[in-house]
Amino acid sequence: MSLTLLLIQCLNGLQYGALLFLISAGLTLVFGVMGFINLAHGVQYMIGAYLAFAYVSLTGNFMLAVVLSMGTALVFGLLLEYFVFRHLYDRDHLDQVLATFGIIIFLNEAVKVIFGPATLTVAPPEFLSGTIQLTETLRYPVYRFATILMGLVVAALLYVTVSFTRVGMLIRAGATTPDMVSALGVNIQRLFMVVFGVGAMLAGFAGVIAAPLFSIEPGMGDNILIVAFVVIIIGGIGSIRGAFFAALLVGLIDTMGRTLATSTMGLVFGPSMANQIGPALASMLIYILMAAILVIRPQGLFPPKGAT
Amino acid sequence: MREDRALWVALFIFALLLAAPTLLPMIGQGYLTNLLIKAMLLAIAALSLDLLIGHGGMVSLGHSAFVGLGAYATAIGIESGIENILVLLGIALAVAGSFALVTGALALRTSGVYFLMITLAFGQMTYFTLTSLAAYGGDDGLTLWSLATLFGSDVVQSGGGLYFLILGTMIAVWWLVHRIGQSRFGRVLRAARDNPERTEVMGYSVRRYRLTAYVIAGMLASLSGLLLVQHAEFVSPALATWQRSGDLIVVVVLGGIGTRNGAIFGAFFIVILEEVLGSILHEWRLIYGPLLVLMVLFAKGGLSHLIAGKPRGGAVS
Repeated sequence: MSLTLLLIQCLNGLQYGALLFLISAGLTLVFGVMGFINLAHGVQYMIGAYLAFAYVSLTGNFMLAVVLSMGTALVFGLLLEYFVFRHLYDRDHLDQVLATFGIIIFLNEAVKVIFGPATLTVAPPEFLSGTIQLTETLRYPVYRFATILMGLVVAALLYVTVSFTRVGMLIRAGATTPDMVSALGVNIQRLFMVVFGVGAMLAGFAGVIAAPLFSIEPGMGDNILIVAFVVIIIGGIGSIRGAFFAALLVGLIDTMGRTLATSTMGLVFGPSMANQIGPALASMLIYILMAAILVIRPQGLFPPKGAT
Repeated sequence: MREDRALWVALFIFALLLAAPTLLPMIGQGYLTNLLIKAMLLAIAALSLDLLIGHGGMVSLGHSAFVGLGAYATAIGIESGIENILVLLGIALAVAGSFALVTGALALRTSGVYFLMITLAFGQMTYFTLTSLAAYGGDDGLTLWSLATLFGSDVVQSGGGLYFLILGTMIAVWWLVHRIGQSRFGRVLRAARDNPERTEVMGYSVRRYRLTAYVIAGMLASLSGLLLVQHAEFVSPALATWQRSGDLIVVVVLGGIGTRNGAIFGAFFIVILEEVLGSILHEWRLIYGPLLVLMVLFAKGGLSHLIAGKPRGGAVS
């Protein structure tokens, strides 16, 4: 294991973490403020990636496509909220799981019909497509640095909004004692709609950012949704700060685990055994972490202030 | 009176299923038998999940792990030369039961949404373990060239014998879950679902009752895995994905949570719906997805209540 490889994996981990944060931020707010299990959050990420593909091929301009995709993702999220989710807030979790599961099935099939089952790719914009010389032997793509940067920018924006604005105050209050907030005369319906819209937009934004990094395909949101749930459980449901640190933690553990697990297992077992166990163990690490957190500290590492 | 009607409905369905192998070839539809087998296998897993959700109030999003474990225990047993289906049954039950005991003991330290998430974590761990079994096909799964026998006889391998074995298992699981529900154990379980503190104060160890139910449900689900291997002659990790656990929840909720026949209604409804929609439209999921949403929004209480014409019963959290 050379130092260069370790550094690259570190950067990859941070980049994956930044992406995870963009997805988890919306999920944790919707879960924390409304107590709503939104399994459809993953397909909203997928929609973002497909929108990026559509707008890039339509306009040929990546930055324009980013703006248009975010707008469309926001409108789409609000429509979903208005027609479906609004009627499910006071239902039990089972109904929410079932309805959002139905939406996953529909949207996965819909993009397959519209864009075809094959995987699609989007090229990163011209000015972000180069690489940066880090050391003499190590070059790293600019786009991946930009991803990390976007994660940090969104984190900062959300932090300022949640900590210092009136809406942010209501969101924090809603995450802790929703009944009290509504008793104080706040239009909770509208608050929910705002939170949901922002969440959908962030998921769509994450999809756009991910489009040049991963291949775009139907069902691409299903697995990352589960990882996003891991993130918000580890960070503490409803906590933006928790989602941020947990996303970076999960990103790093998952990425480093994939490189280190096989070689570490090789020290204990034989090489052939290690090649078999290593990758499986690496995929499992974050779930083991989540299960451990749930057993030892169910409220998560950084629960929202005042929550019990 | 309502219980009696549920019993008669169930008996009617079982009678139809018993008669199906003799009736269907007359219509010339051998593939319908396959469809019924598919529905019955789904019903077995769903019945076991309903013991958890309906009676225990424990919503698990990792139940397909037990189906996968049962299937892999059977497949690996057959690959290592164990042929007797009763021995394989013992292995599958032991594997699923011990896994349920360990993971359940940890998972039941949590409740509600957190229980859903931790079972999901254990389900994912199982899935990734199964994909790592390179000797048994890894990601791609494994086709079996020989199947289990009953003391050397191939009666449980295909055709009518296998059909009646699966039907018999489904009826046995249905009966068992019903009996558990009626027993003192089931009453304590439902009491713990509705008010855990009060049940605890009355002197019952809620966790111990829930853990027992979790182990029983896991073992019953592994039966579905075993029979699935015998029917499909194939196993793959896809059996244990979280989407499969989601499918099981869909079946249970659509059928009617905690009702006697709900899981069976749900399973047959889903399988037949897939088949009918699939024959109308290749992209049948475009109809199926919105249909699920509409059923949640407008048909509260599931199919059992639509069929029985009664409003939703006791609160299920």
